[in-house]
Amino acid sequence: MSDTAPEIQTDERVKTRSRFREALIRPELGGIIGTAIVFLMFLLFAFDSGMFSSQGVMNWSQVSAQFMIIAVGACLLMIAGEFDLSVGSMIGFSGMMIAIFTVTLGWPVWMAILVTFALALAIGALNGIIVVRTGLPSFIVTLAFLFILRGFAIFLPQVIERKTIIGGVDVAAEGDWLAALFGGKILGGLFTWMGDNGLIAVFARGSRAGDPVVDGIPMLIVWALGLVIFGHVLLTRTQFGNWIFAAGGDAEAARNSGVPVNRVKIMMFMFTAFCATVFATCQVMEFGGAGSDRGVLKEFEAIIAVVIGGALLTGGYGSVVGAALGALIFGVVQQGLFFAGVENSLFRVFLGVILLAAVILNTYVRRMITGER
Amino acid sequence: MSTEHAAIVQMRNIEKHFGAVIALAGVSLEVYPGECHCLLGDNGAGKSTFIKTMSGVHKPTKGEIYFGGTPMKFDRPRDAISAGIATVHQHLAMIPLMSVSRNFFMGNEPVRRVGPLKFFDHKLADSITMEAMREMGINLRGPDQAVGTLSGGERQTVAIARAVHFGAKVLILDEPTSALGVRQTANVLATIDKVRKQGVAVVFITHNVRHAMAVGDRFTVLNRGKTLGTAQRGQITPEELQDLMAGGQELVALEGSLGGTV
Repeated sequence: MSDTAPEIQTDERVKTRSRFREALIRPELGGIIGTAIVFLMFLLFAFDSGMFSSQGVMNWSQVSAQFMIIAVGACLLMIAGEFDLSVGSMIGFSGMMIAIFTVTLGWPVWMAILVTFALALAIGALNGIIVVRTGLPSFIVTLAFLFILRGFAIFLPQVIERKTIIGGVDVAAEGDWLAALFGGKILGGLFTWMGDNGLIAVFARGSRAGDPVVDGIPMLIVWALGLVIFGHVLLTRTQFGNWIFAAGGDAEAARNSGVPVNRVKIMMFMFTAFCATVFATCQVMEFGGAGSDRGVLKEFEAIIAVVIGGALLTGGYGSVVGAALGALIFGVVQQGLFFAGVENSLFRVFLGVILLAAVILNTYVRRMITGER
Repeated sequence: MSTEHAAIVQMRNIEKHFGAVIALAGVSLEVYPGECHCLLGDNGAGKSTFIKTMSGVHKPTKGEIYFGGTPMKFDRPRDAISAGIATVHQHLAMIPLMSVSRNFFMGNEPVRRVGPLKFFDHKLADSITMEAMREMGINLRGPDQAVGTLSGGERQTVAIARAVHFGAKVLILDEPTSALGVRQTANVLATIDKVRKQGVAVVFITHNVRHAMAVGDRFTVLNRGKTLGTAQRGQITPEELQDLMAGGQELVALEGSLGGTV
C-alpha cells in the first residue's frame, strides 16, 4: 500500500466498558451466580442435614453428574441451532436394548453395549439427516422420535419378556471389561485410606464395619467430568467448535464461508444420542436392569440445565461449562431440598422460577453482546 | 489505467434462462486486476443473476467464462472461491454473536497441532485479525469483540478484509452500500479503493450512480438482461449512466416532475 496506515481514532460515541462489566458478559454468568447462591443457601440453612457429609456430597454429585451427561450433548446441539426432544426416550430405549441383548439374547455385555451405542448413533444421525434434508424444525422431528423410541422401549420388552422391567444385567455384567467402564468405581484405595484416617465416615458395625460409607467415585461422575471437559475443549479450542457456533449463529452465512453446516448438525445429533446412551448404560449398570419408563422428561431437564448455563435457545451462543453448572444447580437443589425436608413438589416451582430468570438474564446478556436494542 | 494487463475474468455472451424467463440475454464483461469495475442496473436488470454465474452459484445456459485466460466451469461456489473469486454479500456474511476473530477465520481456522490433536490457534487468529482491521482503519476493542457491535459499514469492511486476506483475486461486492448511511458508505468506498490498490479486481454491484462514480474505473450497465457495453471513467457522465440504467425514455418523462433529484 502506498498511503500511510490510517490514523486510528476511537469513536467518541462508543462508551468504554469497565473491566467488570466486560467480565460479566459471558455465557456462564447465570450459571456462576446461580451456583454461588444455591451453595450459599444450603450451607446456611441445611448444613446439618447431612447434605455435606461424604454420603450427602456423593448423593447430589451423582444426580448432578446424570444431568451433566445429557446437558453436554444438549448444549452443543443447541449452540449448533437445534433441539433434541428424544433424549429421554433415547435413554429408555438404549437401556432397554442393552437389557434385551444381554438377558434375552444372552450376548456378552460388552457386545450389547457396543451394538446399542451403534444403534443410538444411527438413530441420532437419522434425526439429523431428516432435519437437515427436510428443513423442518428439529423440535417437530425429534418430538416424533420422542414417541417412536418410547413406544419401542415399552413394546419390545412386553412382547419379548411380557414385562416392562428387565433385570439380571448385573449378573451378566460380572467381570465384563466394558461394563466396568460404566458401572465401576475408581479411587477405592483413596477412599479406604480416608476412611482409615477418619476423614470420611465409615460403617460402624455389620459385615462391612470399618469400610468407608462412600467407597469410590462412580464411573458416572467420571463420564460426566470427561464429557464436560471434552465438550468445552471441542467448543472453544477447535476448528470444529467454531463451526458449531457458526452453524447455529447463521447457517446461511456459515455455508457462504465454507462451513459444512449439515455435517456439523448431524454430528451434534449423534453426539446427543451418544450422551443419552452413556447415561442409559450407567443407569443400567447401577440398577442391574432396565425399565421402559427410564428417562422420562430428561430432554426438558437437559434443556433447562443448558439454558440456565447461558445458551440461547436460538443457537449460536452458549457454554459447556455453563451447562455443567446448570446441571450442578439442578442436582444440588433437587437433592438439597430432600435433605432439608422440604416438600418435593416445591422443586418444580423452583425450577420454573429459575428457568424464567435464566432466560431473561440470557436475553439481556445477548443484547449487551450484539448491541441491539 | 491498468487496461493493458490481461483480463483476469472474461465473461463472454453469458445467457441464463430460468424456464421460460430469459434472465440474461448475452452479457459480456471483462475484469482487470487492480481496477474497480462497476456493474450498474435497476432492480430486475439481471445483476444478481450475472454475478451468481461468475461466483459459481448458477451455471450459464450459454456463454463462456475465462479465468486468467483459461476457460473455467464452476460447478459449485467452492470452485469459484478456490480459484480466487470471493463474493461479499450484503447480508449473510457475518455472524453477529461471534467475535470478529472467529468470524474472520470462519471456515478457514488456523490450526495448531499438539501431538495427534489439532486446536484452533486463537493467538494467531487474534493477532492477524487485529492487524488486518488496523490496516482497514477499524479500531477494535479487542479481537473477541462481537461482530454484532460493529456498524453495517464496518461489517462490510471486515468481510472484504477477510476475502482479501484469504487470497481473493477477484472480489464481488453485492450492493455493499445500499443499506448504509453516508459516512459508512464513505468508509466502504475507501475500503474498495485500498483493496484495488493491492491489485485485487473489484466487481462493485450497485444501483447508485454516485457511489459508482466515486470509485469506479469502468462501468457496465445492465438493462433487462442485456448490456450496452462498458464505458471507461471519464467517457461517461453520471446523467448518462442514470439514463442507461432506467432505459432512458421513461425517466425523461419523470425527470421534469422530479426536478433532477433522482
